[in-house]
Amino acid sequence: MAEVAQRKIRVLIAKPGLDGHDRGAKVIARAFRDAGMEVIYTGLRQTPEMIVSAAIQEDVDAIGLSCLSGAHMHLFPRVMELLKERGVDDIMVFGGGTIPDEDIAKLKAAGIAAIFTPGATTGETIEFVKKNVKAKS
Amino acid sequence: MSEKKDLKRIEQEKERWEAETLKPTLKKNPERAERFTSVSMTPIERLYTATDLPGWDFMKDLGFPGEYPYTRGLHPTMYRGKLWTMRMFAGFGTAVETNRRFKYLLEQGQMGLSTAFDLPTLMGYDSDHPFSAGEVGKCGVAIDSLADMEMLFDGIPLGEVTTSMTITSPASVLWAMYVAVCEKQGVPYHCIGGTIQNDILKEYIAQKEYIYPIEPSVRLVTDTVLFGAHHLPRWNTISISGYHIREAGSTALQELAFTLADGMVYVEEAIRAGLDVDAFAPRLSFFFDCHNDLFEEVAKFRAARRLWARLMREKFGAKDPHSWLLRTHAQTAGCSLTAQQPHNNIARVAIQALAGVLGGTQSLHTNAMDEAMALPTEEAATIALRTQQIIAHESGVTNTVDPLAGSYYVEKLTNQMEEGAWEYFKRIEDLGGMIRAVERGFPQREIADAAYTYQQAIEREEKIIVGVNRFTTDEEPPIPLLYINREAEAQQIDRLQQLRRSRNKDALMLSLDALRQAAAGKDPWGKDLLMPRILDAVRAYATLGEIMGVFREVWGEYTEPNII
Repeated sequence: MAEVAQRKIRVLIAKPGLDGHDRGAKVIARAFRDAGMEVIYTGLRQTPEMIVSAAIQEDVDAIGLSCLSGAHMHLFPRVMELLKERGVDDIMVFGGGTIPDEDIAKLKAAGIAAIFTPGATTGETIEFVKKNVKAKS
Repeated sequence: MSEKKDLKRIEQEKERWEAETLKPTLKKNPERAERFTSVSMTPIERLYTATDLPGWDFMKDLGFPGEYPYTRGLHPTMYRGKLWTMRMFAGFGTAVETNRRFKYLLEQGQMGLSTAFDLPTLMGYDSDHPFSAGEVGKCGVAIDSLADMEMLFDGIPLGEVTTSMTITSPASVLWAMYVAVCEKQGVPYHCIGGTIQNDILKEYIAQKEYIYPIEPSVRLVTDTVLFGAHHLPRWNTISISGYHIREAGSTALQELAFTLADGMVYVEEAIRAGLDVDAFAPRLSFFFDCHNDLFEEVAKFRAARRLWARLMREKFGAKDPHSWLLRTHAQTAGCSLTAQQPHNNIARVAIQALAGVLGGTQSLHTNAMDEAMALPTEEAATIALRTQQIIAHESGVTNTVDPLAGSYYVEKLTNQMEEGAWEYFKRIEDLGGMIRAVERGFPQREIADAAYTYQQAIEREEKIIVGVNRFTTDEEPPIPLLYINREAEAQQIDRLQQLRRSRNKDALMLSLDALRQAAAGKDPWGKDLLMPRILDAVRAYATLGEIMGVFREVWGEYTEPNII
C-alpha cells in the first residue's frame, strides 16, 4: 500500500461496447481527477481488447467499466478474461451502469471487484478504489 | 397585467410585508435552507407577484390557445378536444416478441406505437456483426432487414395506427422499411402517419449514436425532410430532441436552447436544399423531457412554444400557421428514477407526467418503475400507462386549457426560460452556428458541467433523492425484472443467414451500387437523392448493415473529442 501512496493512483475509465450513455463515466472521471487520481478516459465504443491494451499501456491501477445497454454480462467478463490471458493480475476492475442485482453476483464471481449502480456516489466509488487498488511492483 | 402605479403600490406593500410579517417569522423559524433552487439549480424566489412581470403583455406574451405565439397551447380546446397521445416506448428481443408487446399495449388503451431498437440496429450493424455480440435485443428490438420489419408490424393496420420510431443515424433505412411494409399492407402514402427521431445533431451533443461525420449526416436528414415533404404528408420527419440532452445532465434551459438551436439548423438546411419553409416546417416535431420540478418543466414547454413560433414567423418568414407550431412528444425523466425503492418511481413518474400535461404536450411516454435496472416488465409498463389514464380521466387538469397561465411564478419562469434561450442562441451564433458549436464541443461541455454540478449537489445533500441519500432502507425485496437472454441473438443470426441465402443477389447488388453512387454524388438534391435508392435496397432485402455499410465506405466514421 505504501508504494501506491507514493505515486498517484492511475485509473482507466472505459465505455465498452456500443453504449453511448457517458454521463456517469464522465462524472466519475472528473470526480476521480478532482480527488487526485490520474484518469484516462477511453471514450466510447471500446472493445474489451482495446480496453485491456490501453490499461496495460497506460500502466493503470484500476479499470472502471461503464455499460447501460444491458450488454455487461458479455463485455465485463470478457475484459477479465483478456486480462488473465495477458497475465495481468494487479489491475482492479470495477464497473457501473444499468445492472440488476442478480448480475452483480455473477460479475463478482468473474472477478469484478465492485459494481456501482445508480445511486452510488462518486465519494464512495473514490473511497473504494483508494482502499482496494493493488500495490504495483 | 397591472398598470405602473399598481406595480409601485405592490412593490411598496411587499417591502412592508417583508419588514412586518416576514422578518419576525424568519427570526423565529428560519427557512429550511440557505437557498432554494430548481432541479436545474436555478435560484427560486420565496414569492412571486405582479412586480415580477413588468411590461407583461397579455396578447404578446400570452395570447390565446391555438393562436400565435401559442404560449397557452397549440389548439384552442387542447385536451377538451383531444387528449394527448399515450404512446409507450417499447421494444426488446426479436420482432415477434415486440409485436406481442405492441399489441398488448394497444389493447390496454395506448393510442399510438413507439418503437425502441437495440444498439446494433441503432448503430447500423447487423445482428451478426462482431460489435453486436451481447447487445442484440437488449435495449430494444433487433431489426436487420425488411423481413424483421414485416414481423414487427404483423397484424397491426398501419393505415390506422401512427408509429414513432426512435432511430437516428439509420432513420432513413428504418423509415424506408416501414414504408415498404405499408406498401405490402396496401396503405397509400398519404395515409402513412408517424415519426422518425432522425435528429442527428443531438447525437454528437448527447446520445452519442452518431456514425458518420456531421456534414453527410446532416445531408441524410435533409434528404428525409425532402422525401417527406414530397411523398408522405402525414409523417413527422424529425423529432428534434431535448430529452437526450437533458438525460445527459443538462439544465432545463440548456435542453430548451440546444434543441431549438438544432431545429434552426434543420430548417436552414432544408431551405438551402431548395424547399420553401412552409413545405416542410409543419412536419417538424419535437421531443422534450419531463423532469421532477413541475413548474420549471411547465415553463420550459410554454417558453418553447412561444420561442419556436417567434423564430419560425420572424426569423424564417414562415407564412403558414402550421409552420409556427412546436408539436411535441414528451417522456418522463429516466435519469431521475432510482434503483433503490423502485416503487417510489411510480410517484415520480406521476408528477413528471403531470408536468408534461400541464405543459401542453401532444404525446407522452411514461417510464416504468424498473427503469433504473432493466427494460420494463409488462406489469410495470401497464402501471405507467395507467398513470397517464388517471391524469387524463381523474385529475381534472384536462378540464381547462393551460390552467397555470396567469400564475406570477409560472409566467416569470416562462419569461426567464425564453430570455435564457435567446442568450444561448447569441452565444451559439457567435461560435459560428450550432454545427460549429458542436464541433468545438460547446454544448457537450455545458452538459458535462451541469451534470457534475448536479451530482455534487446530491452528494452534499443540497438535493435530496428519496431512498438514495435520505429515507433509505437497508433491506429491499427484489422486484421482478425483464431479463433478455442471448436467445434472441442466436435466432436473429440464424434468420439473417437464411435471408442472405434466399434473396435475389442481382437486385441486391444493383441497388447497393446505385446507393453508393448517390452517396458519393455531387447532386444531393437532384439525381443523388438517397431515400428512393434506400427504398430500392430495402425492397431487395438488403440488410441494415449492408446499407449503412455503403455509407460508412463513402463517408467514413466520426470520432468525438473527449470532453469530460
